[in-house]
Amino acid sequence: MTDNARYFDEMYGNGDAPRAPYAQYADWFSRENPKDLIKEAREAEDFFRRTGITFNVYGEADAEERLIPFDIIPRIISAKEWSRLVKGIEQRVRAINAFLHDIYHRQEILRAGRVPVDLIARNEAFLPMMVGVEPPGGIYTHIVGIDMVRTGDDEFFVLEDNARTPSGVSYMLENRETMLQMFPELFSKVKVRRVSDYPASLLNSLAHCMPPDPSPDQTVAVLTPGIHNSAYFEHAFLADHMGVELVEGTDLKIVDGRIAMRTTRGYKPIDVVYRRVDDDFLDPLNFNPDSMLGVPGIFDVYRAGRITIANAPGTGIADDKAIYSYMPDIVEFYTGEKAILQNVPTWRCSEPDSLAYVLDNLADLVVKEVHGSGGYGMLVGPAASKKELAAFRKKLEAKPAGYIAQPTLALSTVPILTKAGLAPRHVDLRPFALFSPQGIDITPGGLTRVALKKGSLVVNSSQGGGTKDTWVLEDD
Amino acid sequence: MLGKTAGGVFWMFRYLERSENTARLIEAGFRIALTRPGSEEWTSVLKTAAAEYAYRETHGEVIQSKVIDFLLRDPRNPSSVMSSYAQARQNARTVRTAITQEVWEAVNDAYITLKKRLARPVAERDLPDVLAQIRQHSGLVRGALHGSMLRNDVFDFCRLGTFLERADNTARILDVKYYVLLPSVTQVGSSLDNVQWETILRSVSGVRSYSWLNQGKATPMGIADFLIFDPRMPRSLRSSVTKIRSNLAMLENEYLEQHPCHETVEKLDRCLSISSVEEVFEDGLHEFLTEFLANIARLGAEIEADYRFTE
Repeated sequence: MTDNARYFDEMYGNGDAPRAPYAQYADWFSRENPKDLIKEAREAEDFFRRTGITFNVYGEADAEERLIPFDIIPRIISAKEWSRLVKGIEQRVRAINAFLHDIYHRQEILRAGRVPVDLIARNEAFLPMMVGVEPPGGIYTHIVGIDMVRTGDDEFFVLEDNARTPSGVSYMLENRETMLQMFPELFSKVKVRRVSDYPASLLNSLAHCMPPDPSPDQTVAVLTPGIHNSAYFEHAFLADHMGVELVEGTDLKIVDGRIAMRTTRGYKPIDVVYRRVDDDFLDPLNFNPDSMLGVPGIFDVYRAGRITIANAPGTGIADDKAIYSYMPDIVEFYTGEKAILQNVPTWRCSEPDSLAYVLDNLADLVVKEVHGSGGYGMLVGPAASKKELAAFRKKLEAKPAGYIAQPTLALSTVPILTKAGLAPRHVDLRPFALFSPQGIDITPGGLTRVALKKGSLVVNSSQGGGTKDTWVLEDD
Repeated sequence: MLGKTAGGVFWMFRYLERSENTARLIEAGFRIALTRPGSEEWTSVLKTAAAEYAYRETHGEVIQSKVIDFLLRDPRNPSSVMSSYAQARQNARTVRTAITQEVWEAVNDAYITLKKRLARPVAERDLPDVLAQIRQHSGLVRGALHGSMLRNDVFDFCRLGTFLERADNTARILDVKYYVLLPSVTQVGSSLDNVQWETILRSVSGVRSYSWLNQGKATPMGIADFLIFDPRMPRSLRSSVTKIRSNLAMLENEYLEQHPCHETVEKLDRCLSISSVEEVFEDGLHEFLTEFLANIARLGAEIEADYRFTE
């Protein structure tokens, strides 16, 4: 690992002996034959293909489903490391929710001058229709995914908050199932915290967010844009595991002032909808009139308090990348405490001084679209060609407010299994938090994404990234 | 359950049944072509698969290798085995929450295997293997359905799709061949030429069963009776209608609702219980089958509307 001393390796640290959380695993691994493991890994791929765990890639001509590559070396987090992360995530999720409530009500944080008014008022993710709307239970963000990276033994940073419709949780669950199936003996040796409760927790959490006067059956449903959506597998997976219906806009209409789904026995009301359809497509009457995916009038039903939409419309204002840079202030403003989780230093290109700095140092920075996601439209300076840098410079100059920039972090690595043996690759982590009036429930671990290309820092599945099973140890 | 989901499993099983039937037709056609060169069997196979027009549009002349390819894997033929499987799997994806993991895996597995196997035209010497594989996969899906699904409304809609498609298929096989069966009626009791009855029975995998039940005597009335009225024959019209009727009755019991489709299936059932094969021949086999096919189509449309498959 010496050639890689620049980066913190989670299995070996900066040396050659395994770090404490990996001790038991490394011991097991040393007794295994890497060739057999590679063979087993290939079998895992067949398993995924057969079970249908695939995702669709936007922009691929042959709109076939593809597999997200899975690597069998787990990402291991110690109990102690995790308990600190949990505190930080809880604090952050509460702050995000309080921020949303404030932004759509009294806007005290703007009056206090902690966040500039322009950033909200002129933000595409701000939904004026949500002003004054009280979501059931006061919850805006029922499901949050916090993207984190690690740079050292004790250094975690939040890279991004996902407060709209974070995806990937099905991979977290299936990765564990796969590992359990492939290496049962490993799990009797190393005590790993369970993740399989997630669907039940999700249902429980949603069921505690009923609108004030729910229908007798108190029905929860998952709303999907349909089988062509890249995350359709996950939508079906979650509905299936929760035992609720998976509906599309064409299954729904308003009946007696409620959203109802067309069943074989007529229309049946839905009380809580876990929607995996973006705000813009949710309601052609209230938002994008061209949307075929949503339900005409659902927002009016929502405003009348007759359905819970999870996450609430308008939560995008909290995970906007320009807002991100204010998160330490936001956390402090609403919780009265310093943020436990650190932010990555961020330059807002909307500010002239920052823009100038970013343009001068483009080759060293990572530049992201404020509203982008999935790794699309992003520049990784150190990996970009001169031509790409020049093209991006033009985009940046044309619309500076659309971008933020961050230093290229020395992301930690975790080894993957290659034909040549273990090889370090960069990873990130997306833990999932569920928020209901009952409290915050964070599944131990989350989704570890790994850049499979040597040296690459882009972990997004749409850009050739893979995933790993994420372990939180029962005790250290 | 959602109306869309009911429609999804219904069509999923229609397509699965269709692919199996198409494979069986190819098998029968191939067998006849090998043992009786020069027969016009492929044209009637295309007719039965309701693919003659589409075939002539793309290929013109009827040539064995082209017909087989068209029926097996041509994406331009919506009822080719591959097209049917692709549609079955597409439906399975949309109803993923209603079917068990086992059923989904059986369908997905079949699709993946066949897609690989049918990526290129199938050589004649490989055809028996490929057809056997298709048959095997159909069996696996059916096994998964029976072994793992709850006996509830979802199951009923799966079965309705299967048996509507099957009734339609058997009736079409008979209708394409009715002219073969008819002329000999005048000589009641006379034996049919082998090739004629063989193709009919092969298309429904019923050669051995028929011989077993009739000591090998193939008469037009015997064959028509077997395929229309025999309750022991799993692909006969009566068997299919009985199944449809019982699955609709289960839905009625579960939902406590009666619909127009219940009336139609009663009518179909009565028609098959009162008349005999002699009466059918007297009134005209073709007329009987035309009416039967129309009623099956109507029943399908009613089920679709009664259970709100679409808005």
